[in-house]
Amino acid sequence: MKTLALPRQLPGRLPRNYLPVLVTGALFIAMFTAGGIRYEGFATGQIILNVFIDNAFLLVVAVGMTFVILTGGIDLSVGSVVALTTMIAASLLPSTPSFLVILLVLAIGGVLGAAMGAIIHYFEIQPFIVTLAGMFLARGLCYTIGTDSIPITDPTFTAIAQTRIDLAPELWISPTVLIALAVVLVATYTLHYTRLGRNVYAVGGNEQSALLMGLPVARTKIAVYTVSGLCSALGGLLLSFYMLSGYGLHAVGMELDAIAAVVIGGTLLTGGSGYLLGTVLGVLVLGLIQTVISFEGTLSSWWTKIVIGLLLLVFILLQRLIVTTGVSRER
Amino acid sequence: MAEAILRMTGIGKEFPGVRALDGVDFRLLPGEVHALMGENGAGKSTLIKVLTGVYSIDSGEIELAGERVAFTGPLEAQKAGISTVYQEVNLCPNLSVAENVFIGREPRRFGRIRWREMRRRAADLLTRLDLAIDVAKPLSHYSLAIQQMVAIARAIDVDARVLILDEPTSSLDAGEVAQLFRVMRRLKEQGIAILFVSHFLDQIYEIADRMTILRNGRLVGEYVTAELPQVELVGKMIGRELAELERLDDRPPARTSDTLVEAAELGGRVAPFSLTIREGEVVGLAGLLGSGRTEIARLLFGADHAATGTLRIGGDQVTLRTPRAAMARGVAFCSENRREEGLIPELTVRENLILALQARRGWSRPVPRKKQDELVAKYIKALNIRPDNPEMLIRNLSGGNQQKVLLARWLILEPRLLILDEPTRGIDVGAKAEIQKLVVELSDGGMAVLFISAELDEVLRLSHKVAVLRDRRLVAELPNDDTLTTDVLMETIASGGAK
Repeated sequence: MKTLALPRQLPGRLPRNYLPVLVTGALFIAMFTAGGIRYEGFATGQIILNVFIDNAFLLVVAVGMTFVILTGGIDLSVGSVVALTTMIAASLLPSTPSFLVILLVLAIGGVLGAAMGAIIHYFEIQPFIVTLAGMFLARGLCYTIGTDSIPITDPTFTAIAQTRIDLAPELWISPTVLIALAVVLVATYTLHYTRLGRNVYAVGGNEQSALLMGLPVARTKIAVYTVSGLCSALGGLLLSFYMLSGYGLHAVGMELDAIAAVVIGGTLLTGGSGYLLGTVLGVLVLGLIQTVISFEGTLSSWWTKIVIGLLLLVFILLQRLIVTTGVSRER
Repeated sequence: MAEAILRMTGIGKEFPGVRALDGVDFRLLPGEVHALMGENGAGKSTLIKVLTGVYSIDSGEIELAGERVAFTGPLEAQKAGISTVYQEVNLCPNLSVAENVFIGREPRRFGRIRWREMRRRAADLLTRLDLAIDVAKPLSHYSLAIQQMVAIARAIDVDARVLILDEPTSSLDAGEVAQLFRVMRRLKEQGIAILFVSHFLDQIYEIADRMTILRNGRLVGEYVTAELPQVELVGKMIGRELAELERLDDRPPARTSDTLVEAAELGGRVAPFSLTIREGEVVGLAGLLGSGRTEIARLLFGADHAATGTLRIGGDQVTLRTPRAAMARGVAFCSENRREEGLIPELTVRENLILALQARRGWSRPVPRKKQDELVAKYIKALNIRPDNPEMLIRNLSGGNQQKVLLARWLILEPRLLILDEPTRGIDVGAKAEIQKLVVELSDGGMAVLFISAELDEVLRLSHKVAVLRDRRLVAELPNDDTLTTDVLMETIASGGAK
């Protein structure tokens, strides 16, 4: 393993923990540059903005997933909760004011998440199993509302869907991007400047120790699943702005995309280490892969999955290396 | 004498089937280091857990600074000024040193954590402990000793009046222990009362002002360290006359019995060696850590393969390819890592005991439950395993009793050669004496024993002859007669057997 040894300390004052984030950032830049050289009309700011626009909902969901994974947990229910949110919104909107619908779906997402978190903590059940159950539950609930796609014609929703915010000539974003970025900012502040955030890292570092240090482990664990549920519901709203429909088959497999984005962003699946910036970059990399493949034109869209699979593998190996070479200590 | 900061009177605590504490009195004065002494299972950890609110008490009362208290958990005890630092550092390795000191009570303004303030205060606090390290680095960056200091820093920042150090030194080297003791003395000067638990008597005598001795959940007494000689301390801890330990010194001369094991130029991960072990003979292996003691044991047990030489067991020349083959020849091996290689913590005493016998019979012929119970009852009694409940989970037993279970597991197989690798390491004096006595009895009964221990006087006390190892080479084989002393052994190890 000697030849693979990573530097103990990055240049400057950056700790090693940032290494995966930097690698992801470098990867994104490299992909963007390569795309710009290879395809005409690729190297524009709007390409990156489009990645944001097309993946705003994934970004929000991945933020929630980051909280969960930082504690060493996992949330498989997010994709289903997204679908459930679109379904509830679409079915209620014709008869209910839109702001009430928004509050209601957010509440449902939060309560679902809190319930799963409480079950995980108090019954000491694997998060994998509990959220798997939540995944089936939410997906099943979609079909009790309806098996077909329900269009959304609500004026507020369509207005948001059609608004373009011009940043500069030839550069625009959608309101959903602003919402997603606001979520990222609030989440980053929470993780780094509040006790809740630090407790998330502590629980992920060593749950037993966190308990003995007197930290509110139960509250923290329930909080992260609640955050994830809320983010899923918000992601579901962003998806319904984007799709203008509710459908039980929306966001199938999205939980895996979110997990992939978080891992590619450098967050350790064992918890305790990772940054939201990494998750943002992870989502961007995933989105850019899709863009590249659509520019290529001849490639099947399944190549996206192949590339994501390979990337995941590389990043997990990279994390392994960081963990195994990081054990030497100063006295 | 100053007023006690902490006073526990008539503390009683019962677990199903065990009276863990029985009317124990304990008091702690400000500015003293007080050692809590006792064998494994004497009630030390129970007393600490009762004090910190992990367990509730069945009877008695606890007074802190004159006020009666009853904590419902470590956090509450901490808030009242009783902090505990455990043997395993209970901190988060992924967080920075500063965070580990302050997490849960970070300095904040309007809910926002003030990182700079936190780092400054952490650095100040650590300076008080003579520790100048970069507090922004993650805890995992530092050695265990420093992590322990950080744990202490965290403990004393909460205005601790009582600091409990539960076996803090067991994984520290001499320099680190000295560093820890400096910190303890400094805290003592600041008036903090320190409750100190350690297995190392030398450390107790170096640092402790007074001590309280427990035995079998009862109070033996409270003593001033300087007034209690070590021999008396040991006697009070094990509650037996030391003569019992001493008596083993008169080993009967090795009987001229049949040769059981004959290794000729056998080598593998050790240099080729020749060694014979007779029936009923105890052969000691002496040498420093890494000198090849365990390697010889593994060769004889078939866990490692011999590269050269021949091995005869009971007259037949054998090639041991697996431990299973060695077991079939009557060889049993009690590993030094009883946690990793020996016991299965989630199984009961009975299940752990039966394991080797069942393995030999094969999976298709289960040991009948009745026979299991018979065997288990017999060995629990013979080895004095406590508590004598066969359905108890093994992880709930003390180290010494775990070792006895492991030993019993092999004894059930009635081996002809028993290899014991460090059987008495990390267990208390009483269990140690029992295991030593057992070795003598077994060898009197005709079993050959290969006894490996880092403690030379133990090797000397038990063995008929001693093989000395150095740098993975058998350098000398010395009969244990009147002229052999630990000094001679040490010299042999040091000189590599050169006359």
